Amino acid sequence: MIHLETDVLVVGAGGAGMYAAIAAARNDADVILADKSMISRGGATIMAQMTTAAALGEQEPDSWEKHLNDTLDAGRGLCNEELSGILCREAVDRIHEMDDWKVGWARKDGKITGVMAPGHSVPRCVYVDFLNTGPAVAKCLRTQVARANSVMRVSGLAINDIVVDDGIVVGAVGWNIEDQTPVTIAAKAVVLAAGGLTRLYARNSASVNMNGDAYAMALRAGADLIDMEFPQFFPIGHLAPRLVGMDPIMWDPFRYKLGGRLFNAEGKEFLHRYGGEDAEKYTTTRDIISYGITKENEAGRTTENGGVHLSFQHIPEEQLRNAFGPVIDKLASNGIDLTKRTIEVSPIAHYHMGGIRVNEQMETSVPGLYGAGEAVGGANGANRLSGNAIPEAFVFGERAGRFAAGYANGRKQGWSDMGAEEHLDRLDALTGRQTDANGELSALGEMWAELQTLMWDKVGVLRTEVKLMAALARIREMRPELEAITPTNDAEFNLTLQDWYDLRSALLTAESVALAAINRTESRGAHQREDYEEIDPAQSHNQRLQLDRNGSLVSDYLSVGRAA
Amino acid sequence: MSTQPKSVAVTIQRGAPGVEGHTETFDVPYREGMSVLDAVVWIRTNVDSSIAFRYSCVNANACKECMVSVNGKTEYACTARLSTESTTVGPLTNKTLIRDLVTDIVPPKENLRAILAARDGG
Ligand SMILES: Cc1cc2nc3c(=O)[nH]c(=O)nc-3n(C[C@H](O)[C@H](O)[C@H](O)COP(=O)(O)OP(=O)(O)OC[C@H]3O[C@@H](n4cnc5c(N)ncnc54)[C@H](O)[C@@H]3O)c2cc1C
Ligand code: FES
Repeated sequence: MIHLETDVLVVGAGGAGMYAAIAAARNDADVILADKSMISRGGATIMAQMTTAAALGEQEPDSWEKHLNDTLDAGRGLCNEELSGILCREAVDRIHEMDDWKVGWARKDGKITGVMAPGHSVPRCVYVDFLNTGPAVAKCLRTQVARANSVMRVSGLAINDIVVDDGIVVGAVGWNIEDQTPVTIAAKAVVLAAGGLTRLYARNSASVNMNGDAYAMALRAGADLIDMEFPQFFPIGHLAPRLVGMDPIMWDPFRYKLGGRLFNAEGKEFLHRYGGEDAEKYTTTRDIISYGITKENEAGRTTENGGVHLSFQHIPEEQLRNAFGPVIDKLASNGIDLTKRTIEVSPIAHYHMGGIRVNEQMETSVPGLYGAGEAVGGANGANRLSGNAIPEAFVFGERAGRFAAGYANGRKQGWSDMGAEEHLDRLDALTGRQTDANGELSALGEMWAELQTLMWDKVGVLRTEVKLMAALARIREMRPELEAITPTNDAEFNLTLQDWYDLRSALLTAESVALAAINRTESRGAHQREDYEEIDPAQSHNQRLQLDRNGSLVSDYLSVGRAA
Repeated sequence: MSTQPKSVAVTIQRGAPGVEGHTETFDVPYREGMSVLDAVVWIRTNVDSSIAFRYSCVNANACKECMVSVNGKTEYACTARLSTESTTVGPLTNKTLIRDLVTDIVPPKENLRAILAARDGG
């Protein structure tokens, strides 16, 4: 066993976690920044190719209040206005700070340039060319973290459980993936920045590490979740032909730079039927496009693969090349010539609006436990504007690190072996069990596949009570089934042990989404119910989930946070 | 043009330091355009989850964690197209082997064992 001590433990090293580590360090805290994958590489941040919204107002007059209005409009009445306000106001500071750190925001005539995106009233989505925003910000923050002397960065350290003693966070338990050694970490404060949940869905834009760990750890530590019924589906995820080396949401930047047209399998444009705009306009919001494509699919008007056609055939090659230079070559190496053919797209799970409930200091209801990034809910309500997630990671990460350091400074370590015992025992039992039957070798893989299909079919874009209840019942059966599955007994880089813990989080998170979706009997933003097609003003509240004393999920309602 | 095979043979080198290595061959359903990563993920999901393999981003070629040797050439598993003939996937040969397809690519300053050794050693 390895035991470590620190002031602030940051779980997850994407945009939110790295910013938290930087901020905690510059507020005089010692930090351990742990990632179950590699620092800066494992999550959504490095994959985000597109844009970061911030009201810089360099190129056109803009203000954070305007950005806030747009964010609240998109959120369909469920945004926590305090959190959304912080996001929009401080996004500007973070973008400038990263500019000082030479992240390389695209500029025109010396001014940082922003593009337009649906739902924004002003072009304010900044980026790094070409489709390089995520890799550039990941590298920039990685460099800053490495410069902070009081940050210990650990790759391949998976955190499984937060240790709570007497109602207060005292650290965490995890394991070193390379050699399966149990690791205990005494920490005065813990920041959960472990990202989202989109891997729960069969069609997704996720990395393998987005399996809901943050939500499940928070619940088990006694914290609350809100808005769990609102995973966001990205409407035009790449479906076919198989593209390698490219992010499946890559068609969005093509659309905002070039337009592009959507046709069903009959060759007809269809968005107007669902309240959107057709032709080359790129104005229809994500929820409406996802809804439209799913409806076309139900009506049998989609391709064999279940998608619709996206076409850029009306755009001259030269214009394509000017807009996307090297990307056009990458497409060519995948055998795709956009002047000659369409591609097939369909909705894919892409982001999660809901998450851990925090206050303006990013504090959960459990003292010493903080949240940041996609792991927290509230700022984006029922639907997120494109470009708002990356600044959310930066802004909330910076805050969580700063306030966690403030809380930790001057406190004593409260580590408790007793509090850690249960978690260490489980790890021991899992690594000590002997696998004998070859039959078990694929049990975890099969359970993953089953859960992803179940979530896609029954807790996906279009929901009904019948589908949701069936999903909830099956998820509840799968939890004890997982307990009975044994990871293999390889000591080094044992992915079956990781699969086991990933599924443990995924099942509790899936249950949260399904339960919250059953309870919301209306359609709003990303939550679309076929049995309740209209928005219901009486349900303009947030749904809170907690684990009760028996470990069962319970839900109640909170009125939406308004700006003071 | 040759017709597409229904399935292809994918051979994976397995082993750990101090243990004699061996190979295992799996019959993987073929889809046009699939990557070597798709094949390894299919094997882990459907046949044998115990294969050690390092990857995160799956599609974006962003994480750069999935580098392996494909038929003797160093490649990202997620961008290397699966051959319709046969494919052998092994670990990088210029890095220390951890197990199966995983080698030690983590910078020492981010590796817990190395951090502790440096701290205790000096
Ligand atoms: C393909 C793609 C494109 C996107 N494009 C955009 C865009 O253009 N604009 C925009 O605003 N947003 C975009 N988003 C959303 C945005 O990227 C994310 O919401 C944001 O990056 C989340 O940052 P984060 O730091 O909270 O989480 P992540 O970057 O996902 O980082 C979480 C980290 O936690 C680690 N982790 C998870 N569990 C554990 C554990 N148990 N122990 C230790 N570590 C753990 C993971 O390995 C990962 O490294 C995109 C998302 C995707 C997937
Ligand atoms: S899986 Fe991320 S680069 Fe290959």
